[in-house]
Amino acid sequence: MSDSIRLLLVDDETDFTATLGRRLVRRGLTVETADCGEAGLSKLETFPADVVLLDVRMPGMDGLSVLHRIKELYPLTEVVMLTGHASMEVAIRGMELGAFDYLMKPVAFEELFYKVEDAAARKRLQEGRIEGRRRG
Amino acid sequence: MAQARENAVSEAPYYQGLAKSMMFTIALVSLAPLLGYALLSGYQYTTAYKEKVEAHLRELVLKHDQSVDSYLREKVAEVQVLGEVVGGDRLKAEAEITSLHNALVRSHGSDFVDLGIVNAAGVQVAYAGPYPLQGADYSNAEWFQAVKRRRVFVSDVIFGLRGVPHFIIALLVDVGGEQWVLKATLDFMAINDLVEDIRIGETGLAFITNRAAQFQTTPRRDMTGEVKLLHNILARGGEDSILGRGRAAITVVDDPVTGREVLFVTSPLKDGEWFMVYQQDTADAFAALYRIRNVGVAVLLLGTVCILAMAFLLSRRMARKVEVADQEKDMMNDQVVEAGKLASVGELAAGIAHEINNPVAIMVEEAGWVQDLLEEGLQKDDNEREVQRALTQIRSQGARCREITHKLLSFARKIDPTVERMCVNDLIREMAQFCEQRAKYANVRIETSLEDGVPQVEASQSEMQQVLLNLINNAIDAMDPGGGELDIMSRAEGGDVFISISDTGCGIPKANLQRIFDPFFTTKPVGKGTGLGLSIIYGIINKMGGDISVKSVVNKGTAFTIRLPASKEGMRCAAGNGAAGEQPPADGGRSEETGG
Repeated sequence: MSDSIRLLLVDDETDFTATLGRRLVRRGLTVETADCGEAGLSKLETFPADVVLLDVRMPGMDGLSVLHRIKELYPLTEVVMLTGHASMEVAIRGMELGAFDYLMKPVAFEELFYKVEDAAARKRLQEGRIEGRRRG
Repeated sequence: MAQARENAVSEAPYYQGLAKSMMFTIALVSLAPLLGYALLSGYQYTTAYKEKVEAHLRELVLKHDQSVDSYLREKVAEVQVLGEVVGGDRLKAEAEITSLHNALVRSHGSDFVDLGIVNAAGVQVAYAGPYPLQGADYSNAEWFQAVKRRRVFVSDVIFGLRGVPHFIIALLVDVGGEQWVLKATLDFMAINDLVEDIRIGETGLAFITNRAAQFQTTPRRDMTGEVKLLHNILARGGEDSILGRGRAAITVVDDPVTGREVLFVTSPLKDGEWFMVYQQDTADAFAALYRIRNVGVAVLLLGTVCILAMAFLLSRRMARKVEVADQEKDMMNDQVVEAGKLASVGELAAGIAHEINNPVAIMVEEAGWVQDLLEEGLQKDDNEREVQRALTQIRSQGARCREITHKLLSFARKIDPTVERMCVNDLIREMAQFCEQRAKYANVRIETSLEDGVPQVEASQSEMQQVLLNLINNAIDAMDPGGGELDIMSRAEGGDVFISISDTGCGIPKANLQRIFDPFFTTKPVGKGTGLGLSIIYGIINKMGGDISVKSVVNKGTAFTIRLPASKEGMRCAAGNGAAGEQPPADGGRSEETGG
């Protein structure tokens, strides 16, 4: 199995996703970006991401719907939510829907990086468990 | 402040008018029944009292009338008895007359002054009395003529030959085949005393007159001036006698001598030859009534004065209370408006925070990227160019932040409620931009179609801002899940400026449509909306002399239309500078708008 964490960044701020992606790639992650919820979902069809970093406030399909959809289609994929201060309620709602965690913008890079790593670790753990059960 | 003072001055007449109308109402309501009752009961009391007094006087006069009449009748009967019993022939003798006279004086006191017998030729042939009247010739005397016609005659009070007032009872007797006359003279004082006894109050007096208003008794005071008046009254009494007026008739006339109103009670005596007259000033006769009436009037006047004073004080106090309450209400309204403004600002803050967070996040990441690159060293690959790019990005994101903060500042600065001429188009554009970010995340597309050259309106920037912001926020909320289109239009029509804000949201049910402008009416969950927004808008628009209306179809959308009167001296707005997306000029232009 490949060690590289596959991360999908979904945010309407393309400048933000581009730079963040660049930095994460440098730290050894495989990163793809999408500028809206719909694009993110279609990207997931071809790119089996371990972790999705999802902004909750986007034009078009909003973050929570995207989260809901992801959890429906790819239950093992971990989602970390990015929120503004004012949308705390949305973040909590997201947690209820099965998000791994939430981060508040602007987020410290290290924190984000560790959170993504944690999320990926949990995903792999889950996968391992399912694999083990299947074998056993 | 100046504006508030102006308001106070312009509203002063309103409260004065209010006080006045309250005063009139109180006075009317209290005085009308009082006056009505006073008039009615006063009238009834007066009537009843007058009737009582008049009945009393009438009875008094009738009683005396009867006693005088019966006195006269008695005397006549006595003389008749004399004539018949004593017989004619005996009367010729002087001694016989004297003894008769003495007998009469003994039994009747001094009533009978003298007694005489007059022969057919009118010569007194026998006489008994204190005066030397033997042989007096009465052939031309009125009574002598009258008795020949009527057999019995009672004369008016006369002075006769003796110069002393008296009256005569004459009786025709048959003496030796000749018609002689038995004559008795009675003292005037006998009747006089009887009549003089009638005295009531200060001015009440009674007397007897004949038909020609010649006094038969001496009135207590000089009445010569009233003779003509009496004559008239008695003449009238005679006319009316058929109608039963004769017995104790009452006449009220003005006495020309004293100038006072006088009440006369007249009653015929002696078969209508004499009249018993009772007279009294009405002021005296009804003295008790007038006293009570005066007391009543005084009480009424005092009551009226009290009521008026109370009405004045009460209405003034009430008006002042209303004024204070109104002021408090105005103050409360101002506070509510302020609270509403804060609420809409809070709503804005959510959008702003997100808007600011985005560029900040980018800057943070770019800075991190530059650090990463520096760790690697600038010589490697095209790292230097990458650092340049990142710095440019940081700068442009910083500029973006600055714009947002400027927008916020300009919003916050426009809290001055001064009314000034302003262009709605500019404000609409500004607000549309302001809400654009929020709209974008709610999937709402804001479209503005603004008519060029719309007249300016007199309004306060901050209030209009609040109105538009509130309506736009409401529209965005109405389209919450799913988004939609928000159209803001402006147009001029007949001296008015119309602004309409229409959305394609959930609409407002008919039942709620009536109540949306009511304060505290909200359909939002508790804690989400105050229910004040539209009521504040309503108040603001009303204050400007405009109005706001709403049309809504459930699930199709809602359109609010604001009508504002165009400013009279205002110019037309410059043609708009295009789409809402375009950025406004930098803060230089802003500070001008707010007017410092």
